[in-house]
Amino acid sequence: MELNQLVFYLFAGVAVASSVMMITRRNPVYSAMYLVVSLFSIAAIFVLLNAHFLAALQVVVYAGAILVLFLFVIMLLNLGHDFEPDVRGRFWWFFGLGLGLVLLAELVTLLGNLRGPAEVDLLTPLFQARGAVAALAESLFLNYVVAVEVTGILLLVAMVGAVVIAKRRV
Amino acid sequence: MGQLSTTAFLISSALKVLGVFTIWLLAVAGVTLAERKVAAWIQDRSGPNRVGPWGTFQPLADGLKNFVKEENLPAGASRWLFYLAPVISMFPAFVVFAVIPFAAPLATPWGGVNMVIADLPIGFLFIVALGSLGVYGLVLGGWASNSKYPFLGGVRASAQMISYEVALGLSLVPILMLSGNVSLPGIVHQQQQSLWFVLPLLVGLLFFTISYFAETNRLPFDMPEAESELVYGFHTEYSAMKFAMFMMAEYSNLIIASALIVTFFFGGWDIPFWTGDDLRYAADGSIAGGQSAWWITLLTGLAYALKVGFFVFLYIWVRWTVPRFRYDQVMALGWKILIPLLVVYIIVLGAVMLLLEGAGITFGTRYLLWLTALNLILMLGIMFWLDRSRIIVGTGWRQMRPQQAKPRG
Repeated sequence: MELNQLVFYLFAGVAVASSVMMITRRNPVYSAMYLVVSLFSIAAIFVLLNAHFLAALQVVVYAGAILVLFLFVIMLLNLGHDFEPDVRGRFWWFFGLGLGLVLLAELVTLLGNLRGPAEVDLLTPLFQARGAVAALAESLFLNYVVAVEVTGILLLVAMVGAVVIAKRRV
Repeated sequence: MGQLSTTAFLISSALKVLGVFTIWLLAVAGVTLAERKVAAWIQDRSGPNRVGPWGTFQPLADGLKNFVKEENLPAGASRWLFYLAPVISMFPAFVVFAVIPFAAPLATPWGGVNMVIADLPIGFLFIVALGSLGVYGLVLGGWASNSKYPFLGGVRASAQMISYEVALGLSLVPILMLSGNVSLPGIVHQQQQSLWFVLPLLVGLLFFTISYFAETNRLPFDMPEAESELVYGFHTEYSAMKFAMFMMAEYSNLIIASALIVTFFFGGWDIPFWTGDDLRYAADGSIAGGQSAWWITLLTGLAYALKVGFFVFLYIWVRWTVPRFRYDQVMALGWKILIPLLVVYIIVLGAVMLLLEGAGITFGTRYLLWLTALNLILMLGIMFWLDRSRIIVGTGWRQMRPQQAKPRG
């Protein structure tokens, strides 16, 4: 086995295992920490795919910022409570099971249609010519600049909305 | 001379990791001593002076003491997270230095050796990414202790560090705009060729330093610890080596902050007014820009250590000069002042850069001098405006005038 593959299976294994741990822990703080581990190993897989910039963003945005916010909220909301399961009653239990089965069916169908890895490598030559960050920046801020700006406005609107809701008196 | 063979690369990398890590640990120990000595000097005391000549072996004594002290686990603490927290806070603090260039590249008989452990394609984004993980150590340490004051410290840490990460990221943008690349050796090289970026990005340096004070939780921003309010904040319940690990992470972060300021704004390992060290490591393993020699590498390394040492001193100096902010003042400074000012600064800088390029001035000393002029003007404006009593509620003399301190009826 090549070194690349070995590293891939290592991090993929860690990602899957920590995701399973994440949804089976009772204590939400532990769940959040397992999610961090999972996101971190996915960032490592991005590095293996030569997507260094994406890996850095994954760690900065998800592992570094969003999960800290999650942790913040979990800690503040769970003060002095025992950790009770969110699923109560038989109906919701069956509902969850059905939803899970549907997702499993989708996954199996997708995996059944899977072909071997594509041999075409679009990114590597571009990254080697321009560097990981510059290549992405060029397409984002030259070719797709309108889409980027519109997305930015969308996020701004959501942010303003959150501030307005949080404020008692505008 | 050409590219290193794989074996030579591995050996040289291993040597660099070993050397840097050893020096790093010694430096962390040295900074703990320096903090106490400088504090003593500022407060007109002697400081530690019992162990070894002038107390220089004090860090060794501290280390030994921490090894033999009792490990403490509070009742009801989450055992795993309690043990994990110091490790998590130490890991980013020690890994980040891998991407910082610390001396001029050296030509060896086996090929050129770049004096940085890893020149990553994402450059300083690596630092931002790992820096954002450091907060977990504080938050988990506070939470896992199952104790009120550490918990408050952990909550404060998460809120504060997320806020100042935004300011820190924004204060890196001007460097990115000016240098046009993210590679740290590349940025150092550009500063050697023209001016140190401290001149054309003076305002950026101010904001970068302030946000890094908050990121490293140093006074005046040490809300997560705040002895006067939270006992000892997030690591109140920690003892022995786990406590020492938190301390090592803190001082390691302090050195990283200084190293980053030096690399971004003060030319990295560049020796000023001397062109003999303008060496550059090329991708094919050759070294351009001059004759490489072991003494040049050594001298540049020393120059780097000197510069970093000065900024470590600055951090300690500020700690014993400026009193702690109130928590709401810290958050107000981050969100209402630093971030808007940085956005305005980025826009103004971008506009002036466009103007300069429109006027046909390309990147070089003249271009940077124009930006220096702009920054000096902006800096004057900010310095006049940045009167603490005006922008941060409750810090200035205006609130302390006797006629306003009337007893409440």
